[in-house]
Amino acid sequence: MKLQVSNSPHIRDKATTASIMRDVVIALIPACVASGIIFGLRAVVLILVSVLSCVVFEYLSRKVMKRENTVPDFSAVVTGVLLALNLPPTLPIYMVVIGSLFAIIVVKQMFGGLGNNFVNHALAARIFLVISFPSQMTRWTVREGAFSFFDSLLGKDLISSATPLAIMRNAVADSASGATSSATTVAESGPLPSLLSLFLGEKGGCIGEVCILALLIGAAYLFIRKIIVPWIPLAYLGSFTILVLLFGHSPLFEAVRYDPLSLDVWADALYEPAFMLLTGGLIIGAFFMATDYVTSPITTSGRLLFGLGCGILTFLIRYYGNMAEGVSFSIILMNILTPHIDRLTMSKPFGERRAKKNATT
Amino acid sequence: MANVFAFRGGVHPKHNKNTDVLPSIRLTDFPEVDISLHQQIGPPCTSVVAPGDYVYVGQVIARSDHPMAVPIHSSVSGTVKELHHVVSPVGEPIDAIRIESDGKYIDDPSLAPPVIESKDDFLAAVRASGLVGLGGAAFPTHIKLNPPAGKKPDVLLINAAECEPYITSDYRMICENPDQIIDGILAVMKWVDIPTAIIGYEDNKPLVNRIFDHELGKRVFKTGEKHDIRVLKLRTLYPQGAEKMFIYALTGRRVPPGKLPHDVGVLVLNVTTVRWIGLYLKTGMPLTRRRITLDGSALNIHGNFNVPIGAHIQDIIEAAGGLREEPTKILMGGPMMGISLDRMDSGIIKANNAILVFGSKETRVPPESACIRCARCVMSCPMYLLPNGIDQAARRKDLEQLNYFRVMDCIECGSCTYSCPAKRFLNQSITNGKKLIRAEKERYAQEQRLLAASQKASSGKEEQDNPQSPKG
Repeated sequence: MKLQVSNSPHIRDKATTASIMRDVVIALIPACVASGIIFGLRAVVLILVSVLSCVVFEYLSRKVMKRENTVPDFSAVVTGVLLALNLPPTLPIYMVVIGSLFAIIVVKQMFGGLGNNFVNHALAARIFLVISFPSQMTRWTVREGAFSFFDSLLGKDLISSATPLAIMRNAVADSASGATSSATTVAESGPLPSLLSLFLGEKGGCIGEVCILALLIGAAYLFIRKIIVPWIPLAYLGSFTILVLLFGHSPLFEAVRYDPLSLDVWADALYEPAFMLLTGGLIIGAFFMATDYVTSPITTSGRLLFGLGCGILTFLIRYYGNMAEGVSFSIILMNILTPHIDRLTMSKPFGERRAKKNATT
Repeated sequence: MANVFAFRGGVHPKHNKNTDVLPSIRLTDFPEVDISLHQQIGPPCTSVVAPGDYVYVGQVIARSDHPMAVPIHSSVSGTVKELHHVVSPVGEPIDAIRIESDGKYIDDPSLAPPVIESKDDFLAAVRASGLVGLGGAAFPTHIKLNPPAGKKPDVLLINAAECEPYITSDYRMICENPDQIIDGILAVMKWVDIPTAIIGYEDNKPLVNRIFDHELGKRVFKTGEKHDIRVLKLRTLYPQGAEKMFIYALTGRRVPPGKLPHDVGVLVLNVTTVRWIGLYLKTGMPLTRRRITLDGSALNIHGNFNVPIGAHIQDIIEAAGGLREEPTKILMGGPMMGISLDRMDSGIIKANNAILVFGSKETRVPPESACIRCARCVMSCPMYLLPNGIDQAARRKDLEQLNYFRVMDCIECGSCTYSCPAKRFLNQSITNGKKLIRAEKERYAQEQRLLAASQKASSGKEEQDNPQSPKG
């Protein structure tokens, strides 16, 4: 009789790396479907090419390095989907392949494969593409019937937000409307996009980031399956919203101080933060990118700090920076800080805190 | 006292308490037993019998004068065959006494209930009963009952959590001998002078509170005395039965790292341990048998069996119904913290509470893959440690990092390893890390001893100038 001897525990949970990655892919399916509806077949082709090239690069790089094949762990599929969802619908196909190559080979495998990449590889590839092909990466098309002022957008975040914000400021009769320089670059003053249309995805943007509804469905799936915990999205969106309310183009206090009882004034004042949350890559970033296991802190306090940092950086880039998109850079910058956050927020062993208090008193 | 009923962290393995409704069966058909002379934390005992001696059930066959040691008793009546070496479950050679049973189980005629008039009598009686912590730690009970001066516990906690999957031996004992448990609790409360006792159990054992309520009610009815014994339900969460988590869940008190329960005014006893105190005070019968859970896919019959200590595992399996299939893994204890055995001919020891015999389906070890930093280990760690950091440090043999990540505070509950989706052998890294640190401490101590000795020698011979050797 041959008996197996091993260290305890002798039973393991059902969850595996592959099952977690599969759940993330499932959570991204609503966003993929939405992108197909909003942007048509081309979006679907982009996603398929991105996934396929990521998987192929993963396989080839492991083969070349003579290491075990890690394609079955589904992580390359997740990278492929996330990368595609962060690309504009008109991007030439070969650029998608270049992006996949950068994500998988340079950022992931050259640093040791899954678990060792120091930044989120899908975001790193997106930034690589933005820098390499700036015009192609910021050419947005919008489905017919979408709001006219989106058509001429170059950078979707800052400039698009200027017009509605300027209107908002007029409504509050504040004299600070000339404070933002960005308002000068866009001449048109179209109608305010309704929050509902922003929520459903009738706007220009990357194929996966526009339909907030689909992203939230996916995020809910991740929470229900306990793949992610809410600390990072909560801190990220929370800190960003508070900053917009306090220091945005029309700070909440300024906006409502003359007529704090009017519902209309409140609705106008809260339009800006809602607009800011619903545009750009904030939702996909907060729920799917910032929560990437490998590049985010492991303790709860670390995660809160990480989300806070993302929120502050996104606010700074969107309101004071010169770039179109704040989310990718904020998350990447916080990814780099993650080891330090981990060190800073290391938990004390159970019972330790009390011991110290006893020692001092 | 704040009852929080749970702790932060932990995991939810499938309970698999398949045997909780089955009455225990007493097994007697053992031709011989191997009684280990090292069944507790502390030094081993030395044999006081010689081959050829006839021994009764309950007769002392080994003892030690070390204050930590408790005597070891014969669990069968029969002839001492030999004193020989066996290999302990963890692979260390230990002495054992082999006794050939005559199958009659004749009690030692000199056994009598102890006369107790003081705390010292009580402690001596508990020591004479051969009791060690029966939850698995095997810490001598008489030491636990005698906390150092100034550390008087104000609450007695009875651990009936039994948080390991499969194991139901404590639960069956509660169902079958609740009166002896209460006897034991009252004796401890009386002689250690503790006003309050709390019995804590997990909510996957629904009958516990009703059994104890009935038992306590009966006593109030009979004697009119009311005792402050409470029965509290805890949330089912592994490792609820781990001492520090158990204390926190029942009282809200946190035992700091490196401290013991009496530092926060708590005395924790396993429910089976306390039952044996009750039984011994009543009958004088020391710890010679125990109830173990037999479960696992490779067995024909599952259940709880009352067996003599030292009975061979293969004999127990045979007597309890035999094997259904070729076993691939045999565990002494539960699946989360139990030890896997490489042999079936070793005898069970006092602290055994289960033998699990698994077939090939349940024992597949999944391949290890890279850590994805999902932090499930961090979230499941009841000690708030960072198991992934310890894992990396241990694999690098980085002692500094191991200390930084507080490897020595780990209670080795296995929650991190259970929850790891990359199936990393975190617990193995942790035990390796602990061994590294212990070895380094040992090496350092040895070095210091040698240094001191050489200094002494050199200062004796050539008193003056040796600039190399540090002074003072």
